[in-house]
Amino acid sequence: MKIVILGAGQVGASVAESLLSEQNDITVVDLDGPRLRALQDRLDLRTVTGNAAHPGVLREAGIEDADLLVAVTQSDETNLVACKLATRMFNVPRRVARVRAADFLQDEQVLGREGFEVDLAICPEQVLTEYLVKLVEFPEALQVLDFADGRVSLVAVRAFQGGPMVGRPIRDLRSHVPSVDARIVAVFRQDKAILPEGDTVILAGDEVFCLAASRDIRQVMQELRRMDRPVRRVMIAGGGNIGQRLARALERDYSVKVIEHNKRRCELLAERLERALVLSGDATDEELLEQEGVGELDLFIAVTNDDENNIMGSLLAKRMGARRVVSLINRRSYVDLVQSGQIDIALSPAQATIGQLLAHVRRGDVVAVHSLRRGAAEALEAVVHGDRESCRVTGRRVEEIELPPGSLIGAVVRGDQVLMAHHDIRIEAGDHVIVFVSDKRNLSRVEKLFQVSAGFL
Amino acid sequence: MHFAVVVNLLSVVLIAFAFAMLVPLGISLHLDDGAERAYDIAILATAFAGVAGYLATRGRPKALQARDGFVFVTLVWTVLPGFGALPLLAHVPGLSFTDAYFESMSGLTATGATLLSGLDQLPPSINFWRCALQWMGGLGVIVLAVAVLPLLGVGGRQLLKAEIPGPMKEAQLTPRIHETAKGLWLVYAALTVACALAYRWGGMDWLDAVMHAFSTLGLGGFSSHDASFGYWNSPLLEAIAVAFMLVAGISFVTHFAAVHRVSAMPYWRDAELRYYLLLIGASIAVVAGLLVMAGTHADWSGALREAAFNVVSVATTTGYATADYSAWPVFAPLWMLFIAAFATCSGSTGGGIKMMRAVLLVRQATRELERLVHPRAVIPVKLGGLVVENRIIFAVLAYMLIYGVTLASITLLLTATGLDLLTALSAAAACVNNVGPGLGAVGPAQTYALLSDFQTWILTLAMLLGRLELLTVFVLLTPAFWRR
Repeated sequence: MKIVILGAGQVGASVAESLLSEQNDITVVDLDGPRLRALQDRLDLRTVTGNAAHPGVLREAGIEDADLLVAVTQSDETNLVACKLATRMFNVPRRVARVRAADFLQDEQVLGREGFEVDLAICPEQVLTEYLVKLVEFPEALQVLDFADGRVSLVAVRAFQGGPMVGRPIRDLRSHVPSVDARIVAVFRQDKAILPEGDTVILAGDEVFCLAASRDIRQVMQELRRMDRPVRRVMIAGGGNIGQRLARALERDYSVKVIEHNKRRCELLAERLERALVLSGDATDEELLEQEGVGELDLFIAVTNDDENNIMGSLLAKRMGARRVVSLINRRSYVDLVQSGQIDIALSPAQATIGQLLAHVRRGDVVAVHSLRRGAAEALEAVVHGDRESCRVTGRRVEEIELPPGSLIGAVVRGDQVLMAHHDIRIEAGDHVIVFVSDKRNLSRVEKLFQVSAGFL
Repeated sequence: MHFAVVVNLLSVVLIAFAFAMLVPLGISLHLDDGAERAYDIAILATAFAGVAGYLATRGRPKALQARDGFVFVTLVWTVLPGFGALPLLAHVPGLSFTDAYFESMSGLTATGATLLSGLDQLPPSINFWRCALQWMGGLGVIVLAVAVLPLLGVGGRQLLKAEIPGPMKEAQLTPRIHETAKGLWLVYAALTVACALAYRWGGMDWLDAVMHAFSTLGLGGFSSHDASFGYWNSPLLEAIAVAFMLVAGISFVTHFAAVHRVSAMPYWRDAELRYYLLLIGASIAVVAGLLVMAGTHADWSGALREAAFNVVSVATTTGYATADYSAWPVFAPLWMLFIAAFATCSGSTGGGIKMMRAVLLVRQATRELERLVHPRAVIPVKLGGLVVENRIIFAVLAYMLIYGVTLASITLLLTATGLDLLTALSAAAACVNNVGPGLGAVGPAQTYALLSDFQTWILTLAMLLGRLELLTVFVLLTPAFWRR
């Protein structure tokens, strides 16, 4: 597939990287030449320097025979104009744009056929905020992901000594919580995936991925670790785009403090936030943290623009007694450096937000893709079409489906019903199937499985 | 300073005022109450002064500057009471000019403090004139508060903006101040008509209905009976009066916005309104409870009825009475007089410092307290979701200081002239806040008649200061104002 990506920022670069591994031809356009060169040194792709909203630049990037346009520059306006041009002048079949301003999304006309003709509008900040809010709601989880419009959730939990299930084989889960149908889809032990069998024993320190109906999630987590007391006090370091959205989302139900170093920005924040307390200062200022009772915090979330500040602020907060710290880290090397150390959750914004876009790019009818463990594994939700002849999934029992190694079907959503995928469930057309792929290299084989053969169309 | 322009405008107002006197003259002729001679003199004098002033300053430049505005407004509220006093002076036997001027000032500032007794024996047209003064005063106050004071920079335009609910915040109500003033006029007049009809339906005769509608909407409190609303002893009339007093205590800008857009949303969004109603509602409950506990009333319904009427009357700075509340447990009348200082909304016809300033003060105070706990916190003072600039907060603080000093000085002056503390303090508060009746010797069952001339003049000044929001008058006393 030929793909043109506009914008070589954090989002653009990580989109490029993810799509490249799936055998696509990628061209990246940006105003910043040096940044493009750096990207080119690292990845096998083509770059064009210039304004992404200019038809000449787009043409140079080979947009005329592109299959997909991903417009993720800093500017909403550039992205929108590029999408419109791509449709009207170059007939690009699919267009994805990053749109931050909520105003554009209020009226369908703006992005619809009469407007800028954007197929999918993504807002990384919003996705990231929702992701973080989930972590506040479920403070024990490392990751909480929704499938099938929130009916099914996948949680990653680190097993701790003292959880009822710890030290027991997986098949005991059913007898421990007889009322709940849950399924453990993967266990990572010392960063290695173990495909769970009935007799696999869960050890303390394991990272367990568990799939269950969303309402049962809390109960399942209780089996794996002692529950902490619920979160009440939250401190957000960094009042930028994400910090502001997060504070707004949390201020009704939690006691929220926001630290921001820019004085003007503080005033703006204080105006827009209703209950949250806005503090002027640095997230790494020990005195300020002390003054504002960091020791009694349930959660410290560092979301400034600066990786080093986030890491340092989080480490400081942790040392001063914050119960749990979450840090936003853009550089992948840093993420690996700090995860499972002092910082409880290191979050890579690119990884958290890219799923929505990947789902759109994928072949087959893929509704949602979530990357797990910083991109090493993936969980995807696919819709089953066709019949026994045209598709290799439809009409077969789960045990009959030839999945690549390291992959397994976790759950089937049929209408409003959530069925855990036991080996004898027969998959029907229209089902949403949630597949867990612990090795990303096998992803394309899984996707092919769900494709309907050409004869059927 | 363009003195000629000011005099020119004042003359126009005087001519209009002379026309207004034709109404009580008509009533007097119609009822043949024997007061028509009083109006002949008054109308002639007023019209003559107006026409003379107009002719003398004819053809001068018409541009009025902000500074002239202060002089104009102050002059209107000092000269008009003089002419408004003429009918009273001419008809009521034994009334000195001091007393007549006080009564007239009390009317035009919609205060309602009276030193006349035997109101029931006065000619109906004289009582009508007193009430009409309050109605005109109320109208002047609305236009003053909404259209003039913001232009002069007193109170600050942002205060006005914050008060207009919803998307209209950025814009004015209408593109031109002139149109805005007209719209407010119409709302005021329509509410007055509604109130008069309601009173008539509730059992008053036509003349009383109109008179009381005038003094209700102006939040003045003059009545044609010594017993005020106690004369009828009708729960229905009291309920109507309570309703319309509450309505007049709401910003007319909010009323106008609601009428203009045919929606109740402006009321919902009016940040001030909520506190106003809450405060008055809570006060009624507390006072009623106190009355039952103290045994003034045996049953709750009677206590609630009296508490509701008198609390609303005092808190909205009207000043009607159905009971001698100065005889109630002492907390009740003091509390009523206290909340009268700030209960009404800005842009209403009520007096005092207005709920908006009170809310800002409380917010500012809590902000300072919060800052002690969180020294690095950025805490804006917000009203209705909008941030109030620090400049406005400072202005409000300065206003409060001036208000406090004024109230204290007047109280001290009155005690120096021999009044007891309760009478002095309550009279000062009642006049500065434009309530009307005070406590002690000037309580609801008494009048201001026993005061000496000097005391009367002090309180006349107090009413003027309170009505013109202090700053309008005090700015004239600063040297900077007169410097070129």
